[in-house]
Amino acid sequence: MNLLTSMGLLPLIGVGLIALLPATNAKLVKQSALLVSVLVAFLGITMTIGFDRGVTGFQYVERYSWIPSLGISYQLGVDGISLILILLSVLLVPIVILAGWNESEGGRFSVKTFYILILVLETMMIGVFAATDLFLFYVFFEAMLVPVYFLIGGYGSGARQAAAVKFLLYSLFGGLLMLASIIGIFVISGNQIGRTFDITALSTLEIDATTQNFLFLGFFIAFAIKAPLWPLHTWLPDAAKSATPGTSVLLLGVLDKVGTFGMIRYCVELFPEASRTFTPLIITQAVISIIYGAFLAIGQKDIKSLIAFTSISHFGFITLGIFAMTSQSNSGATLYMFNHGISTAALFLIAGWMISRRGSSTIADFGGLQRVTPILAWSFFIAGLSSLALPGLSSFVSEFLVLVGTYTRYPLAAVIATFGIILAALYILIPVQKALHGPTTAGNENLPDLNRREIAAIAPVIALIVALGFYPKPALEIINPAAQVTITKAGYSDPQPLVGGDK
Amino acid sequence: MGFQSPALEYGALAPMLIIFGAAIIGVIVEAFLSAKVRAPIQLAISLGAVVLSLSQVWRIRGSATTTAAVNSVVIDGPVLFMQGTILVLSLFAFLLIADIDAFAAQASAVPGSNEEARALESGKIQTEVYPLTLFAIGGMMLFPAANDLITLFVALEVLSLPLYLMAGLSRRRRLLSQEAALKYFLLGAYSSAFFLFGAAFLYGFAGDVSLAGIRSAVSGGPGNDVFLIIGMVSLSVGLLFKVGAAPFHSWTPDVYQGAPTPITAFMAAATKVAAFGAMLRIFYVSLGGAVYSWKPIFTAIAILTMVVGSVIAIAQRDIKRMLAYSSIAHAGFLLTGVIALNQEGLKASLFYLASYGIATIGAFALVTLVRDSSGEVGDLNRWVGLAKRSPAIALIFSLFLLSFAGIPLTAGFIGKFTIFTAAYESGNIAVVVAGVLSSAIAAFFYIRVIVMIFFSDPAEDTVTVTIPSLYTNLTIWIAAIATLALGIFPAPFLDLIATFATFTR
Repeated sequence: MNLLTSMGLLPLIGVGLIALLPATNAKLVKQSALLVSVLVAFLGITMTIGFDRGVTGFQYVERYSWIPSLGISYQLGVDGISLILILLSVLLVPIVILAGWNESEGGRFSVKTFYILILVLETMMIGVFAATDLFLFYVFFEAMLVPVYFLIGGYGSGARQAAAVKFLLYSLFGGLLMLASIIGIFVISGNQIGRTFDITALSTLEIDATTQNFLFLGFFIAFAIKAPLWPLHTWLPDAAKSATPGTSVLLLGVLDKVGTFGMIRYCVELFPEASRTFTPLIITQAVISIIYGAFLAIGQKDIKSLIAFTSISHFGFITLGIFAMTSQSNSGATLYMFNHGISTAALFLIAGWMISRRGSSTIADFGGLQRVTPILAWSFFIAGLSSLALPGLSSFVSEFLVLVGTYTRYPLAAVIATFGIILAALYILIPVQKALHGPTTAGNENLPDLNRREIAAIAPVIALIVALGFYPKPALEIINPAAQVTITKAGYSDPQPLVGGDK
Repeated sequence: MGFQSPALEYGALAPMLIIFGAAIIGVIVEAFLSAKVRAPIQLAISLGAVVLSLSQVWRIRGSATTTAAVNSVVIDGPVLFMQGTILVLSLFAFLLIADIDAFAAQASAVPGSNEEARALESGKIQTEVYPLTLFAIGGMMLFPAANDLITLFVALEVLSLPLYLMAGLSRRRRLLSQEAALKYFLLGAYSSAFFLFGAAFLYGFAGDVSLAGIRSAVSGGPGNDVFLIIGMVSLSVGLLFKVGAAPFHSWTPDVYQGAPTPITAFMAAATKVAAFGAMLRIFYVSLGGAVYSWKPIFTAIAILTMVVGSVIAIAQRDIKRMLAYSSIAHAGFLLTGVIALNQEGLKASLFYLASYGIATIGAFALVTLVRDSSGEVGDLNRWVGLAKRSPAIALIFSLFLLSFAGIPLTAGFIGKFTIFTAAYESGNIAVVVAGVLSSAIAAFFYIRVIVMIFFSDPAEDTVTVTIPSLYTNLTIWIAAIATLALGIFPAPFLDLIATFATFTR
């Protein structure tokens, strides 16, 4: 069987296995879930190693007819962009399971259900990035909401139900708009080349400008909600604040990437002309997201909300990179998705440990953690520095590529976005100062430092952050060809740098 | 010239004849057998008739299109498909009806009277609901098959009159039930009058009551266009009333709430198939040529129906009323299939009707299980926290709701997708956009119910979920499996529909 299907199927087999385990033995359930997710991660790494960097098309392709009368097929394949996102997903799941070993307890539903939901979600995440059939993509896109909804509403804290419903309704609304567009492009395909959902075939359609604009908007609004882009972001802070840290990692680290991934794979590649029409608007939105998210992050008192708002700022950068339409900015955006995934994961997991130790998520309640819990504090510090894109850590490379790539086409946007970096320093260093440095706040003296399980969970993430910061080449080698293809499909070529005196 | 007896094509009419015959036998059984043995015998007759009739539908499925009974009935692909659907849905409805304690012991007894109490006590329970249902089924099968306006009207009455009675048969909250029956009857009578009025004008226009005659008159006859318009409008009022489209929907919530739940299930599922079947035939076969006259109005009605159904459903606090408004919203979605007026629209409508019908039966079957000491509990506030005690019931009910909401991997999604695709193909993009937006609104109230069931703690005065009887259990599980199967592997079913989906003109 093909590698992609095996990867998607493995978590489901795990689900079956876990369902058979006795509910009383929580430890065994957790271990099995971890084992399954580690196996999937190994498959993901194998796939990455076997990926041919020289080829630009889809690899690991498989195709079975599913609903022939509607031209729907079960069709999977990966290019550099989807490969890197699938790798991110399958790496994060075991880390999340290991890091949030006790998250599943005390929820509305059983421990078993928690891991079943996580593994089902893993299958959906692999599917949504691997689908090369638009209908299949939509199925994963929508079906993914169900496990997340139960994860937030069933295991979160605070106003978790309200947050879960808000998340679901926002996403469904966007999804249904996208459905209208999908129907549109499906009918057009029926008129021109015979009914199909194959995205490679769909990108060859000739659609008149007005129709293209409307269809583009249907997709774009859905993805902008998912990403989320200002002004459609309001569900994210609530959801991230209410969900367990592990769920938040998957939500911000992977699920939101479906939005930015969709912008590249569907908005830009299927509707190049409409993308060009809307670019000024989207770039403006992206810049506003960068600055607005950063400002709000500075003002947050709750550590989870803070991370959520920093993410809105980062998604602004990613969107900016995508729609600046240069190969550098596009590669940067894709790499940024990966880097944001790992640095946000680190931040959220460490914040989760801080919260569970202290019993509070207010930043002011921490203080002097550096002295009490040095390992925890250092990890948070490094993750934070990566989030503010310090050179030498992974996010710097991607942020730099986005800004440089954007500058060649939209200098003003790039200049304003650069202020986001300065604000990033503020929103990271202020909580670092408040929570980690200074005198130890009363009540924090006896907090335990990270235990071995927690170190085992965070170490690979930190290692990845540092490694990709110094040596991003392996990741970029995978991404670059795909980014180049996107730019070409969108009908752009990189602006030639003006060399002085050449005139 | 001697009298020539009309030729009746018994073979083609067999499915309907079996049902009508069984209904008459049911009446006789009701009159002559003792109360103790009536219920099982009635059930056996009804189920037997439905199964036999289904086998006849299956037998004649391949044979060429025929008209029967002197051209008054046409048996073509869509008709056979709809008859089959109606029969399958009725089969499940009978399984629900078999749980006879939903029905009044004696419909004629005054609510709250001694007479009523005595009848209950002595176990003299009337089972007229079986033959009534059979008559209604017969009418429903004839409705989409009718080939002229007179037969159409007769079928409409045959299906409606038993339903009016059946709506008033509830054992509990009888006054509400009788009020519903009366309301249904009065409004139904009005709509029948409109229908007849329209039929008269169409006859005036075409000089012919047969659908083919009207068709040829529409496409270039010398008829008076004013008559055509008046005829179409009035006829549509009658049909739109039956499917529960806005602004003729106001009976739906009251009747759905008041009627015994098995009957609500039957009405919601099977009547929709029959009424849309007739509507599809009339507009696809007869009035297709006048599409530019009715399409704008129907588009407006479809959009209004979707929006009214979805928006008002949000405010409902009773599960049956909520499902009623949801059925109104679905009538709006189904109307897009009528407006599409293309092959895809017909196929999509057939799929939608079947998948919606089966999920509806399943959902109402579940409603019958949630009870307290005084009977079924419709109040949503008391459904809170249901998942804590009956996770399986809660999961299956959520599945039906997700199907109604059109979430992928359920039958509802494929239905919605195909029907909107047909509408888009016909160039009616407004209705597609309105459709997805009202789907988003509708998703809200479906999900709210799921939230109530799963994420709230049970209230004090909790309801119990009764252990379903074998019949109800069967219905629920088959409906659930069908909803999932049609969502994940719709291909064989879609291919089957494709072989049926051509109207004979």
